[in-house]
Amino acid sequence: MRFVFKTDYDQDIRLLKHSGYWWSYGVLLAALIAFPYLVGSYLQSQIVFVFIYAIVGVALIILTGFTGQASLGHAAFLAIGAYTAGFLQSQGISFIVYFPAAAIITGAVGAMVGFPALRLSGIYLVIATIAFAFIVEEILARWESVTHGNEGMRVRTLDFLGQPVPRDGDAFYFLCLLVLVGSILLALNLLRSPTGRAFIAIRDSETAAKSMGIDLAGYKVKSFAISAALTGMAGVLFAHKMSFISPEMFTLLLSIEFIMVIIIGGAFGVHGAVLGAIFIVMVDPFLTALKDDVPVLGASLASSLGMSSEGSGKLRDTMSAIGSAAGLKGAIYGLIIMMFILFEPYGLYGRWLKVKLFFQLFPLYKKATFKRQKTYVKSERNR
Amino acid sequence: MSFFTVDSISLQFGGLKAVDKVSFSVEKGEIFTIIGPNGAGKTSIFNLISRLYDPTSGKLFFEGRDITEVPAHQIAKLGIARTFQNIELFENATMLANLLVGRHCHATTQLWQEILFLPSVRRAEKEHRRKVEEVIEFLDLQAYREKLIAGLPYGVRKVVEVARALCSEPKLILLDEPSSGLNVEETDDMSFWIRDIRTELGVTVLMVEHDMTLVNRVSDRVLALNYGKVLASGTPAEVQAHPDVIAAYLGA
Repeated sequence: MRFVFKTDYDQDIRLLKHSGYWWSYGVLLAALIAFPYLVGSYLQSQIVFVFIYAIVGVALIILTGFTGQASLGHAAFLAIGAYTAGFLQSQGISFIVYFPAAAIITGAVGAMVGFPALRLSGIYLVIATIAFAFIVEEILARWESVTHGNEGMRVRTLDFLGQPVPRDGDAFYFLCLLVLVGSILLALNLLRSPTGRAFIAIRDSETAAKSMGIDLAGYKVKSFAISAALTGMAGVLFAHKMSFISPEMFTLLLSIEFIMVIIIGGAFGVHGAVLGAIFIVMVDPFLTALKDDVPVLGASLASSLGMSSEGSGKLRDTMSAIGSAAGLKGAIYGLIIMMFILFEPYGLYGRWLKVKLFFQLFPLYKKATFKRQKTYVKSERNR
Repeated sequence: MSFFTVDSISLQFGGLKAVDKVSFSVEKGEIFTIIGPNGAGKTSIFNLISRLYDPTSGKLFFEGRDITEVPAHQIAKLGIARTFQNIELFENATMLANLLVGRHCHATTQLWQEILFLPSVRRAEKEHRRKVEEVIEFLDLQAYREKLIAGLPYGVRKVVEVARALCSEPKLILLDEPSSGLNVEETDDMSFWIRDIRTELGVTVLMVEHDMTLVNRVSDRVLALNYGKVLASGTPAEVQAHPDVIAAYLGA
């Protein structure tokens, strides 16, 4: 086990706290840079989606994990970013202009959505953000002069200062990686400065936050704006990656996927965004593979256990019918969320920390270290 | 004019008069205690002072300035900090983060500077940390810096709340039942600290307290309330001998 001897306040401010961090993050960064040269184009494309989902995850962690304001409207922010990029690009505006412009526009919309958050909390805020997402979806479908309505909109290849950046090329991969690393640094910098602590204070006790001089209204709006702006940037990348955007891509299910990213990854730390994004993006190909393999596997298992070939054929057909049933994906998602909330509310990152601690303390790890208990000391009166 | 004055303040919830034309004033460097049976309106007065509630009528003056209309989040910047009866710490943050939030009213850095974590932000952070360390040393909290509040025992949390209030470098500190839930030894420590806050840090203390031993030991003046009205005020001994106070506590 490592004991860090602290002699300087800088040691608590620094992001890479000791040499172990340099090693592990250095190796991770090297691996990420080497990836495009090592893996096939399908996997590389999946990793780009992981990056985009992780950017949205970071945005949601700032809003939900730090500030405690739930949102089911992030698909709408993503859509605003994507459509801003698509529209401005079609007007012949260059990437280095419309990328920040999309962030600013989405951030401004986010700030507007933040205002109801001053009066709403919990489930009511969730409903308000869902309503916002529906409004955006409707506007995208109706404002045909800009969005081409339900027909959707083609997004041309990204053009970076005259250099084309094709959506499945290495350059695009590195662009997404850069934006992800940038947004993670942004989140970490916020977290170690007064604004991030104000967010956490609002999450844990609004009354105390107010008495400590934190302007609830201002910081909630800031949190929404930052979260929306990051999501808008992810939206630009998303638009280019998809090369075609239409309103039905930005539905409630996408917002739920984003919420799943942070529930599965763990909303209390930025690591959760990346772990959750890996899980969500990779679960889809995994489910597809299962859909093809499990019926065959089940049938052969049944026949080897002595079932007649007719019976095992029937079993295979039933299983594949279940596998291709509509809505199965949603049901599995729901199940996964429930499992995580029940058994690992701190998500994959929480689980990782526990595993790490187990090895750090081995053989002294106690089973009750992370036993959950509920405390009832907090007052809700002044809310 | 006094350091801090409450001028015939009233707070009404529908037909219930929680605070009824209460007036008192606190001098600089004093330890002033409000006592009274449950439901007398003590905490309501605190919530009025920290502007969590709007008074129905009456005014508040701090250092000669009318603070009746100041929004709640600017009270800390004026130099009034408070603790809560039921502990309102930020549970899922470390003690250090909690105390640093106490420094929030002195934060000067802008959002864009923080996003880039410019050297000015780093400098400001170290300055905040230095101030926080002074308070940690003062209240003997060195052992808990990196601990999550959710994992700290009740007695320690109570002290952390006082520490968080002190981190804002207040001129007036409002302590809402600083000894509730503490054992005899912890209450003893608390009474020493309350006096130290006044004498060493020069902070005026306004306190709500039930434990009369503690009240007698530290207070310069006491105000007794019942049903939102002032019963008596004066030195601890005077107030305790007052027939109305005895009637309120023991029945006539």
